Amino acid sequence: MTGSLLQVRGLSVRAGSLQLLHGISFDVAGHGTTVILGRDGAGKTTTLRAILGQLRSSGSVCFAGQEVANMPTHALVRMGIGYVPEDRRVFPDLTVAENLRLAERDRPDYDRVYTLFPDLAQRGKQRAGTLSGGQQQMVSLARALLNDNRLLVIDEPTKGLSPAVVTTVTAALAAVARTVPVLLVEQNLQVVSELAHGAVVVNAGRLAWTGNTRALLHDAQLTRTLLGVAARRP
Amino acid sequence: MTTIVLLAVTGLGLAALYFLAASGLTLVFGLADVLNLAHGLLVSVGAYTAWVTATSLGGSHPSTRDIAIAVVAGTAAGALAATVVEVTMIRPLYQRTFEQILITVGLSLAGVALLQIVWGTQPLTFPKPAWTATVSTIAGMAVPNHSLILIAAAATVLIGLTLFLRHTRIGLIVRAGVQDREMVIALGVNVRTAFTVVFAIGGAAAALGGALGGIYFGAIDPSQGAALLIFAIGVVIIGGKGSITGTAVAATVVGLLQQFVNYYAAAGAGDLCVIALLAAVVLVRPQGLAGGKTA
Repeated sequence: MTGSLLQVRGLSVRAGSLQLLHGISFDVAGHGTTVILGRDGAGKTTTLRAILGQLRSSGSVCFAGQEVANMPTHALVRMGIGYVPEDRRVFPDLTVAENLRLAERDRPDYDRVYTLFPDLAQRGKQRAGTLSGGQQQMVSLARALLNDNRLLVIDEPTKGLSPAVVTTVTAALAAVARTVPVLLVEQNLQVVSELAHGAVVVNAGRLAWTGNTRALLHDAQLTRTLLGVAARRP
Repeated sequence: MTTIVLLAVTGLGLAALYFLAASGLTLVFGLADVLNLAHGLLVSVGAYTAWVTATSLGGSHPSTRDIAIAVVAGTAAGALAATVVEVTMIRPLYQRTFEQILITVGLSLAGVALLQIVWGTQPLTFPKPAWTATVSTIAGMAVPNHSLILIAAAATVLIGLTLFLRHTRIGLIVRAGVQDREMVIALGVNVRTAFTVVFAIGGAAAALGGALGGIYFGAIDPSQGAALLIFAIGVVIIGGKGSITGTAVAATVVGLLQQFVNYYAAAGAGDLCVIALLAAVVLVRPQGLAGGKTA
């Protein structure tokens, strides 16, 4: 597909005797947000981890015209991919400032981070483990936004957050996605409807559907079949 | 009272030796998940390099300058040996725990055999300046100089490592890596560089312990490093893997416990108490005293 930044072809992941992914193929556009949807255990996070080289995979992953399948994660990230993992994974015994410093690459943009999350500027010396879930998510997002990335890979950024924090995080992601393409895993369909343009649905490790998010969320029968829920009309 | 102070100082001297041997081990174990069973060999590398250097420079009565050069040479040799071991043997085997154990045990055995071939199986008298075998008077108490040297060296290494961990980028990577190595890599950090640096630092500290251990015990032998490794592993587990502060506290507890129990109960009972303490920590607080905090 022309204009795609990331092309995934026949991505398969095996863990022992278990086949986790069965040859998934999809594209991530060079602008806006592409969301991966699916029921619990469908293979969404596995797909992200395989793309990032955290899991051994077969198939092809092409990023910005270069084959990157099974490339060491740190090398792939340094090509311009910011990663926000599921469950934040901040370093609890490091301060907020140290968490951010660890993510610094060539020219860290603290102004961008503190404009989006002004609270973090005041909490530099606070240990990340003592922050609330929402604040930890901001640290996790800030680590990815600190550098000039070409793609952001974000796994369930609103999971376990209060509605007010979900609104803040969604607004921040919407602002970010205007300048950097995002590959998102998200279960909250309201958030998906606000952020995502393209959608990829996986089911039991297989590609179940791919297309326009709006088309998916407008089709109650389709969302019920693919996701087990009826989406509210966006 | 004098006996208690003397036991405390010699116990702290022993604790300092344990800390030097264990400090690198704990960082390597915490960051890279590598239990380097050849770490004791690095203690011997330091001891024998210092012995060769001191003997070459000053015969059986080296000057303070000679022994200082010998200790520096031993420490440098330990750092170099650790780096070579990491790059050539450990690096190809990261995340292959069983193979790591096999190769580090094999290296340890081969190293001891090599030392025996070159210098024999009998202990070698460690040449040292006369003042290291005398005592200093501190607050009216006579304390052995060889213990003070070890305590001062261990305190310097503790402060140096703490500053390194808190104020350098590699130190930051180590502290984060002990908590969540995969996430450090996912931030674009090549942790392999940190692994090598930590190995080199650990090798230097262990070798420093070996060199100063020669002064402390007055003799070195090929199996000294391997014997020390057993207590060093105990200190790492009690202190909490990856924790320098925990290692310092655990080494102090182990050194003092061993010394006092050996004196007041029976020779050898101290070693038994250390094993009992180790078992208690593993059962009650398996994460160790520090519980995952690096510095």
